[in-house]
Amino acid sequence: MCFYLAAQAISGRGWKLTIPFPEGEINLILMDFEKFHREESGRILSTLIRLLGDFDLAEEMLQEAYAVALQKWPVEGTPANPRSWLISTARHKAIDRLRREQRFERKAEEIAKTAESTVAPESDLEEEMVADDRLRLIFTCCHPSLPLEARVALTLRIVCGTTTEEISRAFLIPVATMAQRLVRAKGKIREAGIPYRVPSQEELKDRMDGVLLVVYLIFNEGYLASSGDALIRRELCAEAIRLGRVLCGLLPGQAEAQALLGLMLLHDSRRDARVSAEGELVLLEGQDRSLWHAEQIREGTELLEAALRRGAAGVYAVQASIAALHANAKTAGETDWAQIAALYDVLLRTSASPVIEINRAVAVAMARSLDEGLALLDEIEKREELEEFHLLPAARADLLRRLGRRAEATEAYRRALALTANGIERRFLRRRIAEIEMQIGAGSKKKERPASEGGHYKTTEN
Amino acid sequence: MQYLLLIYRSESEMAKLSSAEMAAMYGEYGKFTQEITDSGNYVGGNPLKPTTTATTVRVRDAKRVVTDGPFAETKEQLGGYYLIEAKDLDQAISIAARIPGARVGSIEVRPIMPRTQAVQA
Repeated sequence: MCFYLAAQAISGRGWKLTIPFPEGEINLILMDFEKFHREESGRILSTLIRLLGDFDLAEEMLQEAYAVALQKWPVEGTPANPRSWLISTARHKAIDRLRREQRFERKAEEIAKTAESTVAPESDLEEEMVADDRLRLIFTCCHPSLPLEARVALTLRIVCGTTTEEISRAFLIPVATMAQRLVRAKGKIREAGIPYRVPSQEELKDRMDGVLLVVYLIFNEGYLASSGDALIRRELCAEAIRLGRVLCGLLPGQAEAQALLGLMLLHDSRRDARVSAEGELVLLEGQDRSLWHAEQIREGTELLEAALRRGAAGVYAVQASIAALHANAKTAGETDWAQIAALYDVLLRTSASPVIEINRAVAVAMARSLDEGLALLDEIEKREELEEFHLLPAARADLLRRLGRRAEATEAYRRALALTANGIERRFLRRRIAEIEMQIGAGSKKKERPASEGGHYKTTEN
Repeated sequence: MQYLLLIYRSESEMAKLSSAEMAAMYGEYGKFTQEITDSGNYVGGNPLKPTTTATTVRVRDAKRVVTDGPFAETKEQLGGYYLIEAKDLDQAISIAARIPGARVGSIEVRPIMPRTQAVQA
């Protein structure tokens, strides 16, 4: 029997070996190229940026190295250490390019001299170096002299290897605008001399806060964003958690970083319960808790406890404490609302925001009395600062519904509906209105009872 | 790399300082200048006279237009500068943060464009 072997690149995925048997073809996928690309690109790029000292050159050369890999690997076999192979190939391409252009002769020689050590076979030392490169790169991308939105985009693009198209889809920004944002940020890094290094010990605290904010924003964009591609948004959460792990792993003892990682794990543990099979929003109270990822809750809670023991008392630690109280309640009824309300008091003092104020009012309603919570929401409403913010009428509507004040509840739900464009939230609000209207219809026969099923309406905690 | 550190502060607030406070401030600047000279970062620097002494010059259609005052009216005015040598932006920022004026005004950190790059551009 004659075996006909055909190696074939699978678009965007890697390649497969096709072995024709009389019974049919067998396709061997030699390597999940997409997975490798996603997991390794950030690391490879960070080492290349250190070696080449230039973001664009590093990105371009890595692309070229990948192109060579796609030709060679299926034929010659995947190298024992694909990462080193790619770094080495990209480095040689960079040297060739710089020599060809002759403008940077000295730079080419510098690169040729400095780089050999990183091409050593895989070892603990290499792992460590790659990890250090990544950490440096995170601090570069999150430099406070870059605009915040550029820090977020650059971290995703350069550290996580997310494509510009994916980032623009996640943030609902035209690709061209996002590409320009990235070009400008990279230009500033180069022109202003933003260094490629981990800040000194005395700078670390301030700089760390900036890095954590970027990670938190990436996570929130994935977790809370009002629209956008659901798959990409889930990927953003995963990337933020990955970044959190890198930071905790490389800078052990950073209590706030641990608290943030704990917070993200605790929120993310509910990902499968937050949206029903029909794509409907399911609020915390109504979620099937068996769908929560117990292992992740355990890990998140442990991280939080470790962070608190180390003295973490910042905004992430408090939020993680709230998330842990929710995540560790066996049933919605067992939720420790009194503690949650107290934690929101802390948040309100340290980092007041409309969402926190609304959440606090809801927690007070659940812990003490619905009327007290409603009074707090009414006060917020009187200030007229949040007229465009759909969460306020939505939270009011929910408390009114629980109080059995159906007509007022319906009106508040309608106001919330008019203020949000998010499809999932709109469906949720319409469903609530329909439920109340049905009850009102049935109410002529049955006595009105305060609704206790369903959930309270919150952004940060559904 | 070289960076220009532009020192902005409110002239009206400056005018309120007593002579003893002014003397203390000049003393601090002298000390700071000596420090960055010793560390090899100092390239140059000067305080400027207040904007009441400023003149703005424009040439339009080969005609010279001279007006009184600074180019832009702002809350804080340029009051002096340092030209420094620093290994990167982080070092430039930490030097800028030590300028006495940073505690009351603001320091703008601007990388100097190397001459070769200026020719290419």
